[in-house]
Amino acid sequence: MARGKVAIARAVLSGGIELDDRTYADMSRCLLCGSCVEKCPNDVPTDRIVMAAREVLARKRGLSSFHTAVRHVLKNRGLMKTGAFLAAVLHPLFLRKVPGTSGLRLRFPIPFVSRKRHFPKIAAKPFMDRYPEVVPGEPDKPRIVFFVGCMTNFVYPEIGESALRILRKLGCTVIIPKGQQCCGFPAISGGDRQTFDKLADSNIAALEKYRADFIMTGCASCGSALKEFYPAMLGESKPGLAERFQALAGKTLDAVVLLQRLGFKPEKVQSGMKSVVTYHDPCHLRRRKVTGEPRELLRSLPGAVFAEMENADSCCGLGGTFSVYHYGTSMAINSRKTRSIARSGADIVLTGCPGCMMQISDGLMREGIRKKVRHILEILSE
Amino acid sequence: MIEPRIIAILESIVGKENVATEKQDVFCYSYDATQMEYLPDAVVYPANAREVSLILKMANAENIPVFPRGAGSGFSGGSLPKGGGIVLVTTRMDKIVRIDTENLVAVVEPGVVTFQLQQEVEKLGLFYPPDPASMRFSTLGGNVAECAGGPRAVKYGVTREYVLGLEVVLPNGDIIRTGGETMKGVVGYDLTRLICGSEGTLGIITSIIVKLLPLPETKKTMLAVFSTIEGAARAVSAIIRGRIIPSTLEFMDHTAIQCVATHSHSMIPETAGAALIIEVDGDSDLVEKQVSSIREIIQPLDLLSFAAAKDDVEAEQLWETRRKVSPSLRRVNPHKINEDIVVPRSRVPEIIRRISAIHEKYSIPIVNFGHAGDGNIHVNIMIDKDIPGEEEKAEKAVRELVEATLELGGSISGEHGVGLSKAPYITMELRPAEIAVMKAVKHAFDPNNILNPGKIFPD
Repeated sequence: MARGKVAIARAVLSGGIELDDRTYADMSRCLLCGSCVEKCPNDVPTDRIVMAAREVLARKRGLSSFHTAVRHVLKNRGLMKTGAFLAAVLHPLFLRKVPGTSGLRLRFPIPFVSRKRHFPKIAAKPFMDRYPEVVPGEPDKPRIVFFVGCMTNFVYPEIGESALRILRKLGCTVIIPKGQQCCGFPAISGGDRQTFDKLADSNIAALEKYRADFIMTGCASCGSALKEFYPAMLGESKPGLAERFQALAGKTLDAVVLLQRLGFKPEKVQSGMKSVVTYHDPCHLRRRKVTGEPRELLRSLPGAVFAEMENADSCCGLGGTFSVYHYGTSMAINSRKTRSIARSGADIVLTGCPGCMMQISDGLMREGIRKKVRHILEILSE
Repeated sequence: MIEPRIIAILESIVGKENVATEKQDVFCYSYDATQMEYLPDAVVYPANAREVSLILKMANAENIPVFPRGAGSGFSGGSLPKGGGIVLVTTRMDKIVRIDTENLVAVVEPGVVTFQLQQEVEKLGLFYPPDPASMRFSTLGGNVAECAGGPRAVKYGVTREYVLGLEVVLPNGDIIRTGGETMKGVVGYDLTRLICGSEGTLGIITSIIVKLLPLPETKKTMLAVFSTIEGAARAVSAIIRGRIIPSTLEFMDHTAIQCVATHSHSMIPETAGAALIIEVDGDSDLVEKQVSSIREIIQPLDLLSFAAAKDDVEAEQLWETRRKVSPSLRRVNPHKINEDIVVPRSRVPEIIRRISAIHEKYSIPIVNFGHAGDGNIHVNIMIDKDIPGEEEKAEKAVRELVEATLELGGSISGEHGVGLSKAPYITMELRPAEIAVMKAVKHAFDPNNILNPGKIFPD
């Protein structure tokens, strides 16, 4: 609960509560979904308070072993080209096999991964390895820098393919800077400020390298990192870069917002068959108020009927690394989503975040509900 | 400090995972929506009446205070463990047991969130009217214990009007049932009404039977903006005098409007002197007629603008703005003294004038908003306790407010309860003989004074 976390953070500051294991566990129980911030009449930034508390705790106690692994990989430059990221970060997020024995599991109440988790296949060839840095379009059309994100690059390259297909159809030049790295969200959600800062530095350098009209993200969380957390957090620690982060944030748009700005219209489909689609609002788009654009686009799809699900704007339960530590809670939150999807009558669940896609697929598979989960760009590009 | 032996007993009753003693845990039960804090020794989460009974039996034998708590959203410190003891949280008892569409009643456990019940019954075309501003998180158990009100009280009354029966665990562990599922019943004393609003001092509610109404066909929400506070106050009385009972008649003064002006959905101009949010419900033709009558009645009263929400979304935005007033007030000053006075409806303009006079006399920010339609106004005296003399000044202002309220035939609390925060003032409203009979009732229920001690009656 937000109120409790804020109260504990305040008590830590006033010395009433120690920064011990228990405080660490309490602060880890937050998905950083931001719904408490949106509801708060006094605009209390509880998500930022939790992130700050995690940062202090990480400095004092050291990072957890999982986050140490995340840090190790994220800090290696060029990692987006190697399999290291996959092995160390995505492995615990996706793979069913757990390093260690059941004895280990008992000794550590928070294992990296639950055996129950279903995971998507890892792409044979990462998205970024498939294209050159610049995919030229028509000269008078907008130039778009594409911030790919790890999940799209390694797990769901089809999202990247769809984005590219649409942008090329619109005549845009698409730039996929090779120097881009992880957005840093997994690091900062574990309190690893140092790694977050470094990744942000590299990303700003990579994204500024090319002249562009817009920077596009297809992942809600990457988008929030670039648009919200870089200027808010790095503006404080690196005042010299504040303006650059602001400029970068101003240019950054989620794919659906960008498509609307570019006047994109889905193509007429010949077949008479219509599928029923529903849409899940990723928290990191909802908090940026990107809720109308995806629905408008879906309603204009000639080949689909849009059906709103109940609680479309409630969290899927992933919360990035949260689901690694608190898989049970994560799935309990998810089960509400799964029920809403089942009741919506849709054949296809669409969303704007690959993290949500993974979590929603996991939930549906656990319940044995056969529905497709896809990124909104995929259906728009057909 | 509570003995480990006692903790072991609690754990044997509810299971180890449902007893909390670690500092971080108990800390989160040290506050409510006031700014007071008292740390409990332990927090326990029972699952049913049997467990509540065992806990109370033990506490009674060991003489340990027990403080019942729902969501901790109370405005009078009613759930705070002053002096230490066990906080008993009802949130695990969160099932809607039954919605009976033949008899229009529902049976719920105390931890059900008010809004959740409303959503479920509305799906069936039924209606549970009480709507405290905290309804999205407050629990029905807490609503009954405090006899919560809300904007709709002007037409539909408060929680008390909807409680038909209760299951209550007494401090000695006895489980009693009061009332029932019938619409009438006069056998013995009306314990249901006694428990309702007893602020958790007589027993712990473990089951609630509520009455439901048919959901009104339609409703219309209006926003009336006035250039003066006087105009708005007179409009309230004029509407009631005009024989129209709106389903809500909410009032916000200039400062309250400013506090929520920065919210994205606020539709009220920042410069307005005061505003009323008026809602009428019922059959659609009647509703339309009421809208035009209201407009006619209030037109001459410094009305700046009048508009009806065009759809549910706009109406909800208006309500969201209203619900955000109370938590937003800290923008004025860090500390809030939250009074909840109620006067006969015709005296609303008079009490507003008296409050303005107090405000001028002490030059202290006072923000007024609330359910003016039923005479219930939330008077918030906003101070900064760090400024020397502010607290004393505020205390004098509160006393004068209480005096003015009582002179006009009102009461010091319409819906928040006495709890800790209003206990110092109850002797101004109640006479010794009345307090004596209330204390005798408390003694009959709780001879050892273990249940929510220190509340209502000043020490």
